[in-house]
Amino acid sequence: MIKALKKLSNSQLAIPLFALFLVIVFNLVRDLSFFSISITTNNYGNTVLSGNIISILNGASELAVLAIAMTLVTSATKGQDISVGAVAAIAGSVFVSVLRGNDITLSVILLAFVTACIVAVLFALFTGMMVAFFNIQPMIASLILFTAGRPIAYWINGGATPTVESPLLGYIGSFIPGIPIPTPILIVIVFGLLVTLALRFTNLGLYIQSVGINERAARLNGINPMLMKLISFMILGVCVAIAGSINVCRIGLINHETILIDIEMDAILAVAIGGNALSGGKFKLSGSVIGAYIIQALTITLYAMKVSSTAVKAYKAIVIIAIVVIGSPVVQKYALQLRDKLFYNKPMKITENN
Amino acid sequence: MKNDIVLSMSGICKRFPGVLALQNVDFTLCKGEIHALMGENGAGKSTLVKVLTGVYQKDSGQIKLAGIDNEVAIKSPQDAQNLGISTVYQEITLCPNLTVAENMFIGRGNYSFINWRDTHKKASDILKKLNIPTSATRQLGTCSLAVQQMVAVARAVDMDCKVLILDEPTSSLDEQEVELLFSLMRDLKSRGVGIIFITHFLEQVYEICDRITVLRNGELVGAYNINELPRVELISKMMGKELDDLSKLQHRKKEIPENAPYVYEASGLSSAEGTKPFNFEIHKGEVNGFTGLLGSGRSESVRAIFGADKITGGKVKINDRLAKISKPKDAMKYGMGYLPEDRKQDGIIDELSVRDNIILALQVMKGFFRPFSKSEAEAFADKYIKLLGIKTASSETPIKSLSGGNQQKAILARWLLTNPQYLILDEPTRGIDVGTKVEIQKLVLKLAEDGVSVTFISSEIEEMLTTCSRLIVMRDRKIVGELKGEDMTQAKIMHTIAGEATHND
Repeated sequence: MIKALKKLSNSQLAIPLFALFLVIVFNLVRDLSFFSISITTNNYGNTVLSGNIISILNGASELAVLAIAMTLVTSATKGQDISVGAVAAIAGSVFVSVLRGNDITLSVILLAFVTACIVAVLFALFTGMMVAFFNIQPMIASLILFTAGRPIAYWINGGATPTVESPLLGYIGSFIPGIPIPTPILIVIVFGLLVTLALRFTNLGLYIQSVGINERAARLNGINPMLMKLISFMILGVCVAIAGSINVCRIGLINHETILIDIEMDAILAVAIGGNALSGGKFKLSGSVIGAYIIQALTITLYAMKVSSTAVKAYKAIVIIAIVVIGSPVVQKYALQLRDKLFYNKPMKITENN
Repeated sequence: MKNDIVLSMSGICKRFPGVLALQNVDFTLCKGEIHALMGENGAGKSTLVKVLTGVYQKDSGQIKLAGIDNEVAIKSPQDAQNLGISTVYQEITLCPNLTVAENMFIGRGNYSFINWRDTHKKASDILKKLNIPTSATRQLGTCSLAVQQMVAVARAVDMDCKVLILDEPTSSLDEQEVELLFSLMRDLKSRGVGIIFITHFLEQVYEICDRITVLRNGELVGAYNINELPRVELISKMMGKELDDLSKLQHRKKEIPENAPYVYEASGLSSAEGTKPFNFEIHKGEVNGFTGLLGSGRSESVRAIFGADKITGGKVKINDRLAKISKPKDAMKYGMGYLPEDRKQDGIIDELSVRDNIILALQVMKGFFRPFSKSEAEAFADKYIKLLGIKTASSETPIKSLSGGNQQKAILARWLLTNPQYLILDEPTRGIDVGTKVEIQKLVLKLAEDGVSVTFISSEIEEMLTTCSRLIVMRDRKIVGELKGEDMTQAKIMHTIAGEATHND
């Protein structure tokens, strides 16, 4: 038991799991019914699961997908892309624009999604080129689309905020008849599996981490650092298209001004909470995904506590400060020493910060 | 004694954890002289300079300056500056986005307001006085490197310095730029400034310096007038070998038949890192070496062979077939491996595990879509951890927590694992213990017996003599000679490095 605990406390996942644990304990103490899951019948007559847990898992879907991509970009380029929300608006607009040009069938939805993917990848590659070829800091490079992205999305649908309606879209955005779990959760599970397989059956993880940790050494071992950076941005493009499309299906319309607004900050935060260094290098995708769910769990908890939606951000900020401080090297070092003292009776060393 | 001594340091000791960096070093600098501080890597030059500039605190010893009766305590770079000791470092430490004048006056004096017109006028005057070809209002970054270097000097000089330390100021300058800097140095010398000049370029020492102080392994070898110390003797003093001893040294040699096939041939190869076009070839199963002082271009040459820097010209043949090597991956495809000189910057991926670091090169050669399974990778790593005796808790341990020697072995394992036909080892024995050094040399000879060609670079000439059957000698980024067989003696090497004809005496 202690051994397992020691291994866990050394692992990168210690912080996100600890944060998740805190959120859960807090809710257990506050109100047990927070965790209840009930079976209800929704407006369309489907039998579905509902409850706070389901809302958390469902609501964090877009964030979880984006957190995965943000982790890869962070690892390879030592920086973050802040244009994901804006590019998601573009992808969502393209998705809607293709849907509205045709009768909505499954194949049209697929076509719309693929088009959105291609467009989003191209935009992400633009940022990627800035980063890989011109060595511009990712945050500065993505500032371009952060600023210009939503206006471009505005232009795609002529400034309107068109709605798209079809039961098929409803299946993607909420429930497929006969399946009680919200579809976005299923999409995240499938996507997560694909990414896991990609990491297992290719050298994506090894190469990206090598480039992020030591670009010069990576090159001397035959890795093409520019290509790896571009690939991480391409994956980001695909993830952005997925997030944008899910969100459109969920809401049934595209509002280029508000769709996934500020999600880039949450995505970056998820990466950080997941125990990944924002300065790049070694990464753990599962950490970022847990980070995404923690952020969503916080929001839902605060809503459950009847905190007004404007105030939620302020409360979130306080909790996040706590999580980030707990995850900081200074506190980590102290915690490890405390652990050694408690479990192994080793004397505390005087901490020296350099 | 002379009464024009401006600085005297005596009995300086400096200890770092585990190393005695300076032992009882004496150093004197006279007014109006250019004094070279020479020594190989780790000799203690930079430690001495850092003690003088207050970056490090000396453990014992005295520093005296002209005009001050008591010994002076230098506790910070600010102290040194106030005492009139200024330093210009190898890398330009000014701000490229500020103007020349701003750079000259930034951070000096405690003023809240600044009169720009005065400042610019003052800066222009100094520039004119020192014949520096730039204007005070120009942005520093747009000036040539030499001018930037000279502005750094001007800044130092204007701070009323008595002692000016130039730490490798010429390493990034071309010949004309060096000339410019030298004329500035001569000018300062005539004004009575004492200059300490650190460089690896022998020619430059003999062109401009008056005296030389040689350090070796943290100890003072001696101080000499420049005309009393021929180059060969300087080199032997730096390396710590008496010429007589050297000629007697026995070394092992492995003869390579002239008709052995070439594994690698290059003609007119040059790279963007400033290597002059050179020809080079290596036989199958041969061990050869590039030698020369630091900065002679030996590392740049092997980097060019491996395609590590941008290749700007030349033809390459591998196994008698034309080959194009423009990036490391190309070289790897032809069965080449390269252990870089700078382990930290170019070798290890520090956060990754020992296992990932060992399999990296082979993994890249195998392909992006064909990763090794965990058990395969484990088997490779364990095999080499055992074979080379890498001391690590497990193959999962991050490589950064290993000692330098063990990191080096892991990088060596990385390339051995690729089963190369031609292996380039740049300073594989640097910073590792003697036992490991010998092991690595044995390994090199063993590889050669198995038919692998090896290029071996080491700062320690004995190592090269025991392992190499042919030595390519470099000076100032050019190949200046090739030694083999009977000619391979330390004396011959030193003469060739120094660029003098060998005397038979």
